[in-house]
Amino acid sequence: MIATALWIALALFSAAIALNFYRAVIGPSLPDRVLAVDTMYMNSIALIVLFGIWVNNKDYFEAALLIAMLGFVSTIAVCKYLLRGDIIE
Amino acid sequence: MLDMLLEGAIAFMLIAGGIFAFIGSLGLTHLKDFYMRLHGPSKTTTLGVGCTLIGSLIFFSQENGPVIQELLITIFAFITAPVSAHMLAKSALHHKLKPDPRTRGNPQELESDRPKHTVEEAPQGNSPLP
Repeated sequence: MIATALWIALALFSAAIALNFYRAVIGPSLPDRVLAVDTMYMNSIALIVLFGIWVNNKDYFEAALLIAMLGFVSTIAVCKYLLRGDIIE
Repeated sequence: MLDMLLEGAIAFMLIAGGIFAFIGSLGLTHLKDFYMRLHGPSKTTTLGVGCTLIGSLIFFSQENGPVIQELLITIFAFITAPVSAHMLAKSALHHKLKPDPRTRGNPQELESDRPKHTVEEAPQGNSPLP
């Protein structure tokens, strides 16, 4: 049962990342692209966790935590740059 | 019996998370303006990723005792998603991105280049935005 659910979830998350990539390519404005990349890293966290379930290894969770923290910081940094033209004033 | 129940819970969490994340990305792809597109990722995708992580938590707790570390990512995602959404909305207002003309209300930051209308009589009809 878990194997089937794993395949379905992997397919759904991959489709979600493809949609995000499409929005990042066509996005008419800069905040659109930032939002698309932000969503992409959230979905990639879930993909890594699903891969960890697939190979039955707990250690992949640390990679996911690292991606979550760095992604948040980079999103805030880019937003700050868009707002002020500078990151640390 | 208990194993069967746990497996069902894991499978349900994984599939629910996938469906939520897919719906969020679908909203990101085909809603009309940036302020609408912000809704999908900031709420739905966060819930989807949280569901998947809780499924993974149940999966790894099966063998030897509860594994709490995976909750860290869930809590972190639920704390940071509103913050990044707020920053993105602020930068969009700063760039004066065009809202859909059928949007009700007049935000102060966008006032100069929008036609005046009250909340009750927002323009109807089709949007010229792609």
